[in-house]
Amino acid sequence: MAREPLINIILFALFPVTAGVAMVLDEPFIITLMTKAAILALAGVGLNIALGLGGLVSFGHAAFFGIGGYAMGVLASHAQSYTPIMETPILIEGTKSMLVIWGVAVVAAALAALLIGVLSLRTTGVYFIMITLAFGQMLYYFAISWPAYGGEDGLSIYIRNDFPGLNTLDPIQFFAIAFTVLAAVLFIAGRLAKAPFGLALSAARQNPERVETVGVAPFRLRLVAFIISGAVTGLAGALFADLNRFVSPTMFSWQTSGEIMIFVILGGVGRLFGPVAGAALFILLEHVLGGLSDFWHVYLGLLLLLVVLFARGGLIGTLAGKETAHD
Amino acid sequence: MTEPVLEVSHLKKRFGALKATDDVSLTLMPNEIHALIGPNGAGKSTLIKQIAGGLRSDSGTVEFAGRDVTALGTVARARAGLGRTFQISSLAMEYTVLQNTVLGALGRDGHVMRFFQPVMKNRKLVDQGMAALTRVGMADLATKRTADLSHGQRRLLEVAVALTLEPKVFLMDEPMAGLGASGSKRLTGFLHTLRAEAPILLVEHDMDAVFALADRISVLVYGQIIATGSADEIRRDPLVREAYLGAEDAA
Amino acid sequence: MSLILLIEQVLNGIQFGVMLFLMAAGLTLIFGVMGLINLAHGSLYMVGAFAAAAVAGWTGSFALALIAALAAAAAAGALVELLVIRRLYDRDHLDQVLATFALILIFSEGTRYIFGSFPLFLDIPAALSGPVLLPGGILYPLYRLVIIAVGLLVAAGLFVLIAKTRIGIQIRAGEADREMIAALGVDISKLYTLVFALGAALAGLAGALVGAIQSVQVGMGEPVLILAFVVIVIGGIGSIKGALIGALLVGLTDTLGGALLPTLFATFMEPSSANTIGSAVASMAIYILMAGVLLFKPSGLFGAT
Repeated sequence: MAREPLINIILFALFPVTAGVAMVLDEPFIITLMTKAAILALAGVGLNIALGLGGLVSFGHAAFFGIGGYAMGVLASHAQSYTPIMETPILIEGTKSMLVIWGVAVVAAALAALLIGVLSLRTTGVYFIMITLAFGQMLYYFAISWPAYGGEDGLSIYIRNDFPGLNTLDPIQFFAIAFTVLAAVLFIAGRLAKAPFGLALSAARQNPERVETVGVAPFRLRLVAFIISGAVTGLAGALFADLNRFVSPTMFSWQTSGEIMIFVILGGVGRLFGPVAGAALFILLEHVLGGLSDFWHVYLGLLLLLVVLFARGGLIGTLAGKETAHD
Repeated sequence: MTEPVLEVSHLKKRFGALKATDDVSLTLMPNEIHALIGPNGAGKSTLIKQIAGGLRSDSGTVEFAGRDVTALGTVARARAGLGRTFQISSLAMEYTVLQNTVLGALGRDGHVMRFFQPVMKNRKLVDQGMAALTRVGMADLATKRTADLSHGQRRLLEVAVALTLEPKVFLMDEPMAGLGASGSKRLTGFLHTLRAEAPILLVEHDMDAVFALADRISVLVYGQIIATGSADEIRRDPLVREAYLGAEDAA
Repeated sequence: MSLILLIEQVLNGIQFGVMLFLMAAGLTLIFGVMGLINLAHGSLYMVGAFAAAAVAGWTGSFALALIAALAAAAAAGALVELLVIRRLYDRDHLDQVLATFALILIFSEGTRYIFGSFPLFLDIPAALSGPVLLPGGILYPLYRLVIIAVGLLVAAGLFVLIAKTRIGIQIRAGEADREMIAALGVDISKLYTLVFALGAALAGLAGALVGAIQSVQVGMGEPVLILAFVVIVIGGIGSIKGALIGALLVGLTDTLGGALLPTLFATFMEPSSANTIGSAVASMAIYILMAGVLLFKPSGLFGAT
């Protein structure tokens, strides 16, 4: 059991160390890869709140990832073309401020999670999986068919958005931003899991009847968890769009939902650092296997199959021994 | 005249052609242990669910501390002060024993939507959880994983969680099952003292415990209460002897 | 919109719905009998389409192409069931989702490896191409009518299979109680492989039939798979009847929504934005339909509560 915190620390330190070494060696591509891993890990940390803690198998988290991405795309594209988003009844202008964009992304994703959650959480099991999947697809097709923001082609942003006091176009500085956000959210998610809310939410996953019997409604717990989860994934979406300076309906696609889920599973469900390990492994595989073969998804598929069938604790679970994480 | 804490009137529940409960009425008075017995399939489990809120009745009412709770669900009835234990243990199995009672204390406390302070470092809740464990004699098992407990220990933990709720009424579904003779005897002693805090509606197969504890006993057969009375009255009731013992012989 | 155009759209909707039914029937059967959620069902659809396109390319025979599609999809289904799926019956839905998602990755990339990234084309056979004149002076493609007929025949066949045959009785018993069926002396693992292969064959048939009106390419299965999910969520998981009605509802809603909503919106707003908003709403119409159904029936129209 004591091995898991140690693994977490090493794993976590690997991010800035790799990025730092890459900076010294003047390998900006590696820094960008680490930034991508950190952002995808953040998306996974978001999903893990619903999936790992709450047992809510959402196959539609691309919805929130995409909303975060489009929050960035819409605000920044209006700012770069100097056209307001709307003039009546009140004037709303675009912005290039990362902090404002994050705020909008989080709020928009949380609102979407509230709506999707209220409808989806009436169901359980397979219905829930399929419904969240369907809502993700609904937004995907909406993004494709709505021409104002690029439709199928997506939106390009020429210059990365601003962060006070930093040059966001410098890879290492943008990495620092993404990594700091990841660290902060991991800290909050860790507290959340141990807080009264986390205790009750996880109990509702293990045994909803028990939670009802002590006078707490599982639905409310799950809805709040779903909203927090969606908001975090939305924040990751905004960062991801900023990393690429591009947003397209692909962010909403069901493959994106599947990949976010893969981060969580490869690393280990319900483990705080599971998505971090999973995203890092995913990026590593994409880079190494992708370099070896154009068809690296076959190997990713085989690996995922093996993990699901034979190594159910994921990467961290396998490294730390079979015991699940507990206080 | 004292008012009943729990008053069940004319409850009915039908599953297709089967009348699981058929016009069941009973009361639970302050400080009373009222036992509900009956052969298997008599409708006890259905009745418990109807009282606890897990199953909507076709007709009839459930009044609780003078308030009609018929329209309320499980959560609202628990918040109104109904402490239930399950026939088949219903606990958070991945949690430690203490976490389960802290969950109960948290439910009683009501402030679930707290997102930052570690709950297992909350003095008040942990103390309440420990106190409940101590009362059922499980304090030394506090850090054990619930899934690793024996069946009897799980029954006791069910009771401990119910204690943390500080309910106005206990609704206990076979708490003695799986305890063994000595454990059963100890729990009998404990329930005897517990009635001073809140009355208990006790569903139990252990007849020694029932006859030792119950102020009143109701006998449920084929969804109907065929007799209610003291232990002696029930023992002597010819209808009970025929229906109940007859049914058990047949089984 | 003229009446003739409307009737055409209704027929298109029914044709689309019938195709969805072939997909949804397999999904719902597999879920009903084995309790398995199978994301790789779309891959079997793709396997069918590719097998048909390849065989049609070699032999020029559409009939042989259809047979190849059925055989290839059924064989792929049986193989996958034996190697992977049967390890998942006792797992939770999360494991099933992930493992079958992994299968999609393997199937898609494997197909890309064999056939390349360029779409293949499957021609409608000459005997079935061209329009027919329907009563009322409507010219409608014969092939699409044939698809409707094939779909309805399969639906009828499935109902007979499940209601009247020995296998159907075993399937229904398997839905109700797995231990009971094992106790009756039925070889349950054989039954499961058979049901899975049957579902796969239906998906392969759908892929081949649709392959002749669309291009055959990697990734063609997943959009259909997700629509099939919407269908069985609306119809109620496990119900063949629900799958049929859900499929027709979804097919009609999608087709008529795309055709009618822009026109409808144009009655109260300017044409250009009516077109934009109308088609955007139309693209979401089936999901709105699904949300509406679930609001009133959380386990679908014909689902067990």
